[in-house]
Amino acid sequence: MTLENKVPEGPIESKWQQHKFNMSLVAPSNRRKYDIIVVGTGLAGASAAASLGEMGYNVAALTILDSPRRAHSIAAQGGINAAKNYKNDGDSVQRLFFDTVKGGDYRSREANVYRLAEVSVDIIDQCAAQGVPFAREYGGTLANRSFGGAQVSRTFYARGQTGQQLLLGAYSSLMRQVDRGQVKLFSRREMLDLVIADGAARGIIARNLVTGELERYAAHTVLLCTGGYGNVYYLSTNAGNSNVTAAWRCAKRGAYMANPCYVQIHPTCIPQSDEFQAKLTLMSESLRNDGRVWVPAQKGDSRPPQQIPESERDYFLERKYPSFGNLVPRDVASRNAKAVCDDGRGVGATGRAVYLDFSDAIERFGAKVIAERYGNLFQMYERITGTDVYTEKAMQIYPAVHYVMGGLWVDYNLMSNLPGLHVLGEANFSDHGANRLGASALMQGLADGYFVAPYTVADYLANAKLDPVDTDHPAFDEAERDTTARVDKLLAINGSKTVLEFHRDLGKIMWNKVGMSRTEAGLKEALGEVRTLRDEFWRDVKVVGKAADFNKELERAGRVADFLEFAEMLILDALHRKESCGGHFREESQTDEGEAQRDDQNYSYVAAWEFQGEGKEPTLHKEPLSFDFAQVKQRSYK
Amino acid sequence: MENMTLNLRIWRQASDSDSGELVDYTVRNVSPDMSFLEVLDVVNDDIVKSGNEPVAYDYDCREGICGSCSLVINGVAHGPREATTACQLFMRHFSDGDTITVEPWRAKAFPVVKDLVVDRSAFDRIQAAGGYVSFDTGGACDANEILVPKEAADAAMDAAACIGCGACVAACKNASAELFVGAKVTQFALLPQGQGERDRRVLAMVEQMQEEGFGPCSNEGECQAVCPKEISVAHIQTLHREYTRASMRRIFGAG
Repeated sequence: MTLENKVPEGPIESKWQQHKFNMSLVAPSNRRKYDIIVVGTGLAGASAAASLGEMGYNVAALTILDSPRRAHSIAAQGGINAAKNYKNDGDSVQRLFFDTVKGGDYRSREANVYRLAEVSVDIIDQCAAQGVPFAREYGGTLANRSFGGAQVSRTFYARGQTGQQLLLGAYSSLMRQVDRGQVKLFSRREMLDLVIADGAARGIIARNLVTGELERYAAHTVLLCTGGYGNVYYLSTNAGNSNVTAAWRCAKRGAYMANPCYVQIHPTCIPQSDEFQAKLTLMSESLRNDGRVWVPAQKGDSRPPQQIPESERDYFLERKYPSFGNLVPRDVASRNAKAVCDDGRGVGATGRAVYLDFSDAIERFGAKVIAERYGNLFQMYERITGTDVYTEKAMQIYPAVHYVMGGLWVDYNLMSNLPGLHVLGEANFSDHGANRLGASALMQGLADGYFVAPYTVADYLANAKLDPVDTDHPAFDEAERDTTARVDKLLAINGSKTVLEFHRDLGKIMWNKVGMSRTEAGLKEALGEVRTLRDEFWRDVKVVGKAADFNKELERAGRVADFLEFAEMLILDALHRKESCGGHFREESQTDEGEAQRDDQNYSYVAAWEFQGEGKEPTLHKEPLSFDFAQVKQRSYK
Repeated sequence: MENMTLNLRIWRQASDSDSGELVDYTVRNVSPDMSFLEVLDVVNDDIVKSGNEPVAYDYDCREGICGSCSLVINGVAHGPREATTACQLFMRHFSDGDTITVEPWRAKAFPVVKDLVVDRSAFDRIQAAGGYVSFDTGGACDANEILVPKEAADAAMDAAACIGCGACVAACKNASAELFVGAKVTQFALLPQGQGERDRRVLAMVEQMQEEGFGPCSNEGECQAVCPKEISVAHIQTLHREYTRASMRRIFGAG
């Protein structure tokens, strides 16, 4: 099967405009005849559900949490990019497009990225109209700051809680539709299977997490907005409930998983303190605007940071990348932090940390201004580590898994290869290539939900010939049977090792061998170890409690089981891509200076993997990438 | 600081219709760098190994922003530290040998689901009643055409920082939700975008709040004291002012 990306013809500047005109519409009076399921209520899901509800479709919105407002988009701190050029510093849609393509190391689909840059300006207008309290200048206009991978100030923010405020904006619009009856909200529901009837995605099986009952939802189309799979590493900055299950169950039903090896490791996280740690906490990248990254120039220098004189510090990012300095993209910053720690110059109790120093900034602007910019982040750091940044002047940071660029394959219309299954936000693969720029996740989630899906979903509904399908259809019986069998199997093993222990073991394999730096030998070892661990899981996991009850252990067991299957696909993808690009760094493929070396000749494609059955090798499908508008170069931030 | 042994007294309750009780658990080797939820993880892993059902509690982001945490620790919502959710409460603030009591939010409008998990959907329904600006997707004017003075934007952001955890309700002897509602009403009352529905919003949200069974505010200020985002009780005064204003305008006309 060839992958049709459905990118419209024509110049890149007019593709989306022309496509919007070419797409079919559903008349307002006909929209109520269509049912749409939206799984997940983060930025992508909440904005899509609200927008489709406003248009008059019948929407069912499901969230795994007790309220849509808690989705993990809420934790994004730093900001959202938009090509507004309010600062008159040379920004434009073209520049945001180009920065994003370059930041993604030329592994994204050009037309999608251009559209993202194009609608970015509408997102800011939309959110401002909703009453999102963006940071403002004294005159009342919107404030901006700069972020990694860019030389303009195009990032809009609401203190250090931008994700929260944008999500609450989308959530409020969603709840307005709930009040109007256009959206039916189902909280504490977990999607456990996709139902395909007559060749199209027509529904889902979800578990009611309070009663444990399996529920059937039928619709004309399904929008999957379930976020990323970073928790396959166990320790990440993702929330405890973030998981791959919904996406993986779609993959098992035939949806292709694209570029799963593209994982973003964020440079500024609080280092791990002990083995019981359940998550890593991110410190917004915006800190790199004013913080300077350094380690001691000499190995084994254990003096407190402020006792190490300037001349004995190595500001390694400023030294190696004079034009971008501390604001190089995330993958570059992370790899360099790892390199200096591998070199024995790391700091802190474990030697796996570097300093992020604010002495200069505090001297230049005063503590008050710095507190206004980063107060909540300094407070968070103090709470977790017990260290006061205002007196210590420096934080300790280390990279951690944060975001995944990979995800379910979608065409230009955000539809997977399975007709009727749309995938939005972090759950799809489409816009960030092999590395995402800071402040672009919020942009993509809202672009997909507010400004892309409302058009493309209508086009699908207007053209698809869909017979009536209700929850009595045999496809629902089959999917529910499969789900019940899986739940029963998990509960019947009654082994000796807990779900948490399996998840930690999986995380260690993934972080050590499939993390910031990958080798063929290491990946092959990881593959064997994951397979062994998966066998052990199905032989020896201990899952307590009942199926028909509120049972968090059972929930987690299902998710870890899926991570154990999905991890194998991720490793196979990393193994097959023998080049380095963005967040995927193969030690075998680097420049003389140790930077990621792409191999455009052989790997300029999207790798879309088709599941073939448990324990079987997935099939690779390739979507070739062509860059007709952005000039392909070796990335340089020097 | 050395590792600690702690005695946890945790509320166990199978469902809202069952009666509950405090059950004792001893947990050893607690590092001062562990968060309170990580201690519960250790307790739970031990319980699972012994073949019993672990303590149910809500968690998600573990960085103090999602608002899932709903633990009353030693009688105080979110525990002893100011401006801190339970997930951001670190064990360095406890001592070896401490006995720590852990209970769920207790309020008529927040029924217990299981153990430490409560149903806070009443907050969603209050939000649905009016906590929004009615603005459909598309057609917004350029964002800089709506000027918002920095002071107003900052004050609106102070109010908007609420994470909807419900600690304010749990701490209040009347189980009042006025801090939660006040914060949302204030955010929109301060912004030009919120003016069109200013009256309708406050009346609808207060009506829903009363319907859900939350009690009235009696000015104890316990809500502000436990709020992890330090939302000020001044927002309750704003709520009362906005409610009075809207009621008067409804009676005497908007002019």
